[in-house]
Amino acid sequence: MINAVLSGDLPRSRVLSAALVVILVVLASAPFIFDGAQAINTSAKICVFIVLVASYDLLLGYTGIVSFAHTMFYGIGGYGVGLALYGWGATWSSAATGLVLALAAGIVLALVIGLFSLRVRAIFYAMVTLAVASAFAILAGQLSDITGGEDGRSFRVPELLRPGFRLIDAPVLGTQITGRVIAYYIVFVSALVLFLAGLRIVNSPFGRVLQAIRENDFRAEALGYRTVYYRTAANCLAAGMAVLAGALNALWLRYTGPDTTLSFAIMLDILLMVVIGGMGTMYGAVLGATLFIVAQNYLQKLMGTASKATEALPLLPNLLHPDRWLLWLGILFVLSVYFFPTGIVGKLRQRRG
Amino acid sequence: MSRPVLETRDLTIRFGGHVAVDHVSAGFHAGTLTAIVGPNGAGKTTYFNLISGQLPASAGAVHLDGTEITPLGAAARTRLGIGRAFQLTNLFPSLTVHENVRLAVQARAGGGGNILARWSSRRDWIERADHFIAAANLQDKRDLPAVALPHGDKRKLEVAIMMALEPRVFMFDEPTAGMSVDDVPVILDLIRKLKDEGDKTILLVEHKMDVVKSLADRIVVLHNGRLVADGEPIEVIGSPIVQEAYLGVAANGGGHG
Ligand SMILES: Nc1ncnc2c1ncn2[C@@H]1O[C@H](COP(=O)(O)OP(=O)(O)OP(=O)(O)O)[C@@H](O)[C@H]1O
Ligand SMILES: [Mg+2]
Repeated sequence: MINAVLSGDLPRSRVLSAALVVILVVLASAPFIFDGAQAINTSAKICVFIVLVASYDLLLGYTGIVSFAHTMFYGIGGYGVGLALYGWGATWSSAATGLVLALAAGIVLALVIGLFSLRVRAIFYAMVTLAVASAFAILAGQLSDITGGEDGRSFRVPELLRPGFRLIDAPVLGTQITGRVIAYYIVFVSALVLFLAGLRIVNSPFGRVLQAIRENDFRAEALGYRTVYYRTAANCLAAGMAVLAGALNALWLRYTGPDTTLSFAIMLDILLMVVIGGMGTMYGAVLGATLFIVAQNYLQKLMGTASKATEALPLLPNLLHPDRWLLWLGILFVLSVYFFPTGIVGKLRQRRG
Repeated sequence: MSRPVLETRDLTIRFGGHVAVDHVSAGFHAGTLTAIVGPNGAGKTTYFNLISGQLPASAGAVHLDGTEITPLGAAARTRLGIGRAFQLTNLFPSLTVHENVRLAVQARAGGGGNILARWSSRRDWIERADHFIAAANLQDKRDLPAVALPHGDKRKLEVAIMMALEPRVFMFDEPTAGMSVDDVPVILDLIRKLKDEGDKTILLVEHKMDVVKSLADRIVVLHNGRLVADGEPIEVIGSPIVQEAYLGVAANGGGHG
């Protein structure tokens, strides 16, 4: 049963299995075990990023495609749902229409970029995606009548998802089942299903061809696989998943804007999460996204405390200032790549063997 | 004689000013094993690349079953039944032996587009792959990554992958090069079995003259990109041009690149 749900691709490490179970249980019960908005927001963000990072792993880790356009697709999903809810009213049908349009736009765009440029060398492809993604971000900023420009758009979500909504009057296990709780579970369940779908894709006959292409595209072609089509299909699948992640994120935040979806900083975050978690493992996306986002949210706080505590010492409080958190994350990143070149998942699996 | 399965007509490729394959015309028939010999740099591998589509021809044509396939790429030619084992081992390094072969079985079955099934649910492909792995005597290495194999096993895997494609035209490019004496018979037996099936078209580039003599129905000699001799083994080996152009070299060096 578990084998079938995980598509026959088990964690293959006790520590990894334990970590995954803990993450799953905590995310599944977040509204009941945490109060306070920050913990729930962090949980929802982790769910969204697991999907986003897993879809990027499909490209980078499984197919060997370096793309910088992943946040563009994420943004298309966010803007698609967000602008539809903003412009056409806070109904489910506008959300659905926005989502379908965003999916179509994202997949067509991925198809076009793929067919035109996946034949060329990997480095050129990376450059093309960078150019297209930059153009898209600029466009989204310029068309401020539609997109809200740099400010983005805050919008209302359907009744069922609003904070004021109560599913039942009495609290359940001490928690009011508000629209926010329902929204959280929509995000959580969608993320779980999408992650498992991604796991299925990489363990399908199709997914194995992607790995063959990553390993040796010349030989894959010589076996009779048209590698351009496979690469393009992987590109479209990953784009579709990123669109869905963007849509979930917008629904949760009730806001869409360039900083939360299109910025290059997010693209870097995704890259870091894939590499730290372990490329080409899918489970790496879960660990990478969770650790990174928890660090991002709590490292700063921790550093603030540490900075205060060391006030009397020279230099140290400066180094520990919360604004330096990226520096520390950078150091952590370099160390982790140096010591675990195959990521956390690779390291855990290796220990077992 | 019947129509050849595979035919090249004035097949030519130039690299800058250098003509690596120069107007080579030859037909290859079902049930025939043709050895292609010639000194290092004669253009044998390049001729193979032109046939299986890894390189585009500068001029001339390749026909399969009388249909021109020159404009097609390597993937399309493989799907039409041209199988190739490479001189320089060309595997999926971090995938297991089994996975390497299974990918060929899957390619042959045309099953790469399936994105919803689990690959592990295709017992038929898995068993088919195990069959070819056993034929190449690699069953003990089934679950090792290809990169971890010793050279001889890599060569065997290279051949097993081509076998798993079940092509009609088999192209072996020095399949036993660098193999230990224990491993060579495994490959030669495989080739002999294919030959005994009687309907396969087999092309074999080989430097070792004893292997050529024992297997070949016909020998084609390439020299400086040109076809300089083509015929029965005894005739070709005895001809002055071969003695001078090729066997002289082989007798001294005996090796290959
Ligand atoms: N892609 C290429 N670009 C330029 N020159 C090439 C290329 N491929 C092959 N050549 C040249 O074509 C000639 C024929 O090479 P080829 O590899 O076909 O020889 P071969 O007969 O297979 O030799 P060997 O017995 O050493 O394998 C050589 O001079 C080689 O340098
Ligand atoms: Mg050669």
